Amino acid sequence: MIYLDHSATTAVDPRVVEAMAPFWTTAYGNPSSIYGLGRRAAAALEDARRRIARILNCQPAEVVFTSCGTESDNLALRGVALAAAAKGKRHLITAPTEHHAVLHTVTDLAERFDFEVTLLPVDRHGLIAPAAVVAALRPDTALVSIMLANNEVGTIQPIAEIGAELRRRGVTFHTDAVQAGGFLPLDVEALRVDLLALSAHKFYGPKGAGLLYVRRGVRLFPVQTGGGQERGRRSGTENVPYIVGMAHALELAQAERAAEATRLSGLRDRLIQGLMARIPGLTLTGHPTQRLPGHISLLVAGAEAEGLLIALDLAGVAASSGSACATGAPTPSHVLTAMGIAPQEAMNALRLTLGRDNTEADVDFVIEKLPEIVARLRGGR
Amino acid sequence: MADRVVVAMSGGVDSSVAAALLVEQGYEVIGIMLRLWAEDLSLVPSSLQPPAARAESAVGSIAGSAAGTNKCCSVEAIYDAQGVADRLGIPFYVINAEQPFKTHVVDFFIAEYAAGRTPNPCLVCNRRIRFGFLLDYARTLGARYLATGHYARVRRDAQGRYQLWRGVDRAKDQSYVLSVLGQADLAQAFFPVGEYTKPEVRRLAAARGLPTAARTDSQDLCFVADGDYRRFLADHAPETMRPGPILDRAGRQLGAHRGLPGYTIGQRSGLGVAAPQPLYVLELDKTRNAVIVGAAGELGRAWLRTGPAWWVAGEPPAGAIEAEVQIRYHAAPAPARVTPAADGGAEVRFATPLRDITPGQAAVFYAGEICLGGGVIVEVGQ
Repeated sequence: MIYLDHSATTAVDPRVVEAMAPFWTTAYGNPSSIYGLGRRAAAALEDARRRIARILNCQPAEVVFTSCGTESDNLALRGVALAAAAKGKRHLITAPTEHHAVLHTVTDLAERFDFEVTLLPVDRHGLIAPAAVVAALRPDTALVSIMLANNEVGTIQPIAEIGAELRRRGVTFHTDAVQAGGFLPLDVEALRVDLLALSAHKFYGPKGAGLLYVRRGVRLFPVQTGGGQERGRRSGTENVPYIVGMAHALELAQAERAAEATRLSGLRDRLIQGLMARIPGLTLTGHPTQRLPGHISLLVAGAEAEGLLIALDLAGVAASSGSACATGAPTPSHVLTAMGIAPQEAMNALRLTLGRDNTEADVDFVIEKLPEIVARLRGGR
Repeated sequence: MADRVVVAMSGGVDSSVAAALLVEQGYEVIGIMLRLWAEDLSLVPSSLQPPAARAESAVGSIAGSAAGTNKCCSVEAIYDAQGVADRLGIPFYVINAEQPFKTHVVDFFIAEYAAGRTPNPCLVCNRRIRFGFLLDYARTLGARYLATGHYARVRRDAQGRYQLWRGVDRAKDQSYVLSVLGQADLAQAFFPVGEYTKPEVRRLAAARGLPTAARTDSQDLCFVADGDYRRFLADHAPETMRPGPILDRAGRQLGAHRGLPGYTIGQRSGLGVAAPQPLYVLELDKTRNAVIVGAAGELGRAWLRTGPAWWVAGEPPAGAIEAEVQIRYHAAPAPARVTPAADGGAEVRFATPLRDITPGQAAVFYAGEICLGGGVIVEVGQ
């Protein structure tokens, strides 16, 4: 099988598996326990926190461990919004191209907690203009949330520029960096963000581990209360093996980032050129240059994603679309429609995301296989 | 490389066994479930919603399980079918067919009732969806055959022409709803369980660790949320449910009805009319929007005419033939003379009058075990 869906998830790096192993069976203590076994787990936990903090260029105390990217986004949005509401701030700003972890959370805050939400305009590449963010600000704005890189179209937002504007005005700024973890620098000072969400399984770490960077001084109510772990910001026994794995995976991914980005960009361009030359009616979506290195998003005129993905699967290629749905009720991608693409066209979205295991041979196989698949689908109905 | 076969899977015993048998015969099998249109009872009409809910939310609503689920493709059915596919080691996909199903089956169903007829949506579904949309889809996936869990058999005659035979299990036979298939369809159709009886199919399933219960019966109105087609018509096509008079043959009004679709030919109870002798529905008169009733002795018609007839052989017989004709899915086959008409329809004269010939249902013609074709009943007479 050729795996071209690295934006969905990645295989855990064997080095990471090895690093995680002791924390299930030998060093299995609860980090809150007082005896040696617990202290060893606590030491591993704090070691992971320090290593992640070095990569984020922040203090270890500013890193909160969670179970996934969605939980991190929820903690950022609900935590900051509800704390700000206590001071009369009930306005949230985000974009229509965000992941549902953000969009459905602000919808919930609007519908059940009386917040007002401004959705920023995006251009046809999915980009947000810093000036538009500034224009949307109000005295009661509690939080701005904009993703670093888009999962469906790969567009990278000018987070540092937006962050500079917001910091100057004292507005709290969260970025969902889940798709960027293995590909972009994550220095929170350079990005000028107050909160940043990551998920381990996007960068060859385990599923079930995520984190939220929370700048010191940001008021954040916990969403999950209990034993007071994570300095009271996220109660619940820490998932030590997964957190250790996440720290290892992030270090490895960031150390290999530059070389891997160069390699993946080359493969990506080869794949794009090969497909464009052989299949008429392809349109690239997302930004042509400000995009994730291994990320290709396409519209295939006259071929619905459903049939493309099934035919690719039968040919041994794992891919996805912006509108993949396990129950056969595909809806047009909210990201593509927000970028001005017609709903019917958006049903033809294909996403190919390259990663560590991909080779030139993989890319060439897809360049050979996809044209016949598209031709069959176009001729079929 | 082995021929590729798409199996329409429901998660129930019949299609699961069909898939298993084809895997064992060495085919490359792909399981597919169609997601079909279903009405959504969770939606409250906007007139009944509180004003706050009507206001457009800036960020839209939380997408989720709002859409209605057809009984043929519920989440449980998907899990069951996926489980069978995993067990058989075959790929399984759910394909969206909501739009073609709505157009060809649901809208047809409503239009037929609106025209005063009593449709059978399964026939049109087999023609337009299973052996239309899905067969096309299977071809685009490079499949050579389409298999289903129907109880029917495909054979070839001496000239090599395809024949549709009743399933071995006469009680389960589904050739009636497959009678719409032609030569090109049958050339690509497999009905593996049609060669077995239902108890045998259950045993085949049990021996393979497959589910042994049926998910749905194909005669179910799968798109009607609560199974109540009168309620469905009242909600989705209120024009079909106009109240009107109950008349006798002489035109005297005996009572009132709540809409023609609520009545079927030959029906006795539920008329709400007091009369010295039991009354039966004789006819649904669309022009007068009237239910015509009469005594048992007035029931019984020996002649019918169909709209454009379909012939499994691909062409009508040269002249009149003696056949057995079924006027409903589970009606007993009745001896009759079937005469192809010049307009492409067929005329059927029964040896003995039948009490419940119903316009809109299909008359399906058989020669013993062999299904010859059929047509939708458009006119009934003496």
